[in-house]
Amino acid sequence: MHPDPRPLVLSLSGITKRFGPLTANDHIDLDVRAGEIVALLGENGAGKTTLMSILFGHYVADEGVVHIAGPDGQLSALPGGSAEAALAAGIGMVHQHFALAENLTGFENIVLGTQSLWTLGLRRGAARAKLERLITESGLATDLDVPVARLSVGEQQRIEILKALYRDVRVLILDEPTAVLTPQEADGLAATVRTLAAKGLAVIFISHKLHEVLALCERVVVLRGGAKVADQPTLGASRASLAELMVGRPIPARERPPANPGAPVLVLRGVSVGAPDQRDRLQGADLEVRAGEIVGIAGVSGNGQGALAQLVAGLASPRAGEALIAGLRASRADPAGRIAAGIGRIPEDRHRDGTIGALTVAENYVLETIAAPENQRAGLIRRDDIRRRAARAIADYDVRCPGPDAAVRALSGGNMQKVVLARVLERAPRLVLAHQPTRGLDIGATTDVHRRLIAARDRGAAVLLISEDLDELFALSDRIAVVHAGHLSAAMDTAGLDIRTVGLMMAGHAAEEAA
Amino acid sequence: MLWSALDILTQANFWAATIRIATPLIFGVLGALLCERAGVLNLGIEGIFVAGAMSGWLAVYLGLPLWGGVLVAAGTGALFGLLHGILTVPLGLSQHVTGIGVTLLATSVAYFGYRVAFPNVATPPRIEAFPPLDLPVLGDLPFIGPILAQQTAFTVLAFACVGILALILARTPLGLALRAVGDNPEAVEAQGLSVVGLRIGAVMAGSALMALGGAFLTLSAFNAFYFGMINGRGWVCIALTVFASWRPGKALLGALLFGALDAYQLRLQTITGGAVPSQIFLMLPYVFSIAALVLVARRADYPRALMKPYFKGQR
Repeated sequence: MHPDPRPLVLSLSGITKRFGPLTANDHIDLDVRAGEIVALLGENGAGKTTLMSILFGHYVADEGVVHIAGPDGQLSALPGGSAEAALAAGIGMVHQHFALAENLTGFENIVLGTQSLWTLGLRRGAARAKLERLITESGLATDLDVPVARLSVGEQQRIEILKALYRDVRVLILDEPTAVLTPQEADGLAATVRTLAAKGLAVIFISHKLHEVLALCERVVVLRGGAKVADQPTLGASRASLAELMVGRPIPARERPPANPGAPVLVLRGVSVGAPDQRDRLQGADLEVRAGEIVGIAGVSGNGQGALAQLVAGLASPRAGEALIAGLRASRADPAGRIAAGIGRIPEDRHRDGTIGALTVAENYVLETIAAPENQRAGLIRRDDIRRRAARAIADYDVRCPGPDAAVRALSGGNMQKVVLARVLERAPRLVLAHQPTRGLDIGATTDVHRRLIAARDRGAAVLLISEDLDELFALSDRIAVVHAGHLSAAMDTAGLDIRTVGLMMAGHAAEEAA
Repeated sequence: MLWSALDILTQANFWAATIRIATPLIFGVLGALLCERAGVLNLGIEGIFVAGAMSGWLAVYLGLPLWGGVLVAAGTGALFGLLHGILTVPLGLSQHVTGIGVTLLATSVAYFGYRVAFPNVATPPRIEAFPPLDLPVLGDLPFIGPILAQQTAFTVLAFACVGILALILARTPLGLALRAVGDNPEAVEAQGLSVVGLRIGAVMAGSALMALGGAFLTLSAFNAFYFGMINGRGWVCIALTVFASWRPGKALLGALLFGALDAYQLRLQTITGGAVPSQIFLMLPYVFSIAALVLVARRADYPRALMKPYFKGQR
């Protein structure tokens, strides 16, 4: 094999980081060359974030050194624990949660910290000229003069990348950059990344979307349990082989037997929710979800799926139109009534709306049915009964926790979600509202959630799945509707539906022109 | 009587009083908004007013020139700001509790210092306060002239601070960093700036401004230090900060509005001549504050990171 002629820009050797008994990074070596696009893969907790935090100076490594090439190409050791040093050495990072001040404009965010704090005026001219050049070179066109709060997620991401480029980075780290983008925006990002790499920028691409990794990256590094388990060219790798490397065991292929839909459980006719000038609202929506089918709602977050979820969960009432939910006419907000009618809610934010962190697993397990006779007698909670049933659910749903008396706060995201799933599905609900059910979960936990949702469908439940992850929607849904700016499209059969069409509809194109 | 109530507005005396009452509030609101723009609520304001009033006055009493007293007051405020900053920024303690603690501490220290310095005085000792402005051309203008002639250089400093702070926030790299650190400290950290440094610096500078508000009372409005002389002015500034949407220009407007109401009710009391209990009039400016908050605060655009402690490496 020929040695790679491109110069090394970054070299990590023997990086080790321990948090108490946990070894988050175990002697990790990683070389990155100029112009190379390297994928960094791994499950939650595999050590990706820790490694990148060390690189970016948020943590100090217990062992090992980071070498970075200077402008002359000479490698030198990077002092640890200083974001300033990392920036000065040419490392830029675009976090999954953007590090933008939303009250400043894009331009202000970009120049923030690049000029001495003690100069009297902001020097705009030179900064402008440099940005114009960067924008032409990279194609990252965006409005730099409005407050960031008014920009879309895709535009904010462009600001983030420009921010790094403005600092003349030689290594750019992108942490889950496509998680929040529509497929078209993701394509645009991929094109930008290729352009930048062609100019010699080294890119580390962190993602769990394996098809993107295969399409964009030339090399893939896989972490598992804090150690590097693979460092190979993407050529010759497949989604299955990468997933297996990440999880450490073969992933069974997802199976989705054809649906066998029955009577409608959720019927919306011309339903509007929320004021017309509100961002997350629904206007004149028509939808039918039948027993035994999964209907997916695609859309960029904030386009009305939140309003839809609130309506179904009984947290909002329709302003106009007619909503029949599990046989009830839903004219007013009534969450308890919805639960009693057999609606199971898997909320979008499991920390805020799904669980109460200070309560135990057992208490969270019965949270929605605490008034039922099996949970209380004469106004007193039947603790032993509840604890026993919770223990059974913990075993059935494979919740990794010390026991039914553990505080939910101490659980990992995946295990917290399993508690929510157990609570919802053990009641055998007629309608399951799954709002971003796998957000932030790793492959193992995601597979589990998907399996259980399909099982609920096959048991005869109607499932309304709201997700921003198109792969997930296509894998699970029997039909898919798209929501954009409050308007809900007709539900289309997933078989024969093109993912690009859905992407265009998410960006606001009508079904006919998208197809 | 209605006529005489309106007639108040034409008196130069009324407008001069408005500005005099507003001046300490201008300092206070500027200080509070500077702290809050950086993400730190500073409820130490009431006590810092007291400490500034006392230390500035004492310095002049002990022989420093008037501007020396102003500097001493600012330094005292900055010290209490440093205390509040260290407790709330790197240590991340509750900003409410710490702020009230600072108020109690600063007030007590000031009163204690005063008692130690003057154990047995019946009437508070006096100093030679800032003299009224003697302006060459402006002073001769009709109507405006008499109003200006009642102000001091200290008031000019307050108005200058409004412009300077507005300019810093809007147009300098430091201003960008201050606004950013109150909105998303991670953005500041990721650009290689120090969140802790910026926040403590802002709280110290803001507290120095608050202390100037107190010093104005003892060095310019009056010429002595009394117990209880701050009388809630600091708390009014906290409310006016929300009213001002954290903007220096609007802070000036809010302080002047409050000052005008206060000056007006004083004159209204003399007109009605006891037919209406004076407490009703005393209440007016505060009723205005509450009403303004009810109208403004619900739509207020608080700095997003206000009262949220930031710890490096945690996200």
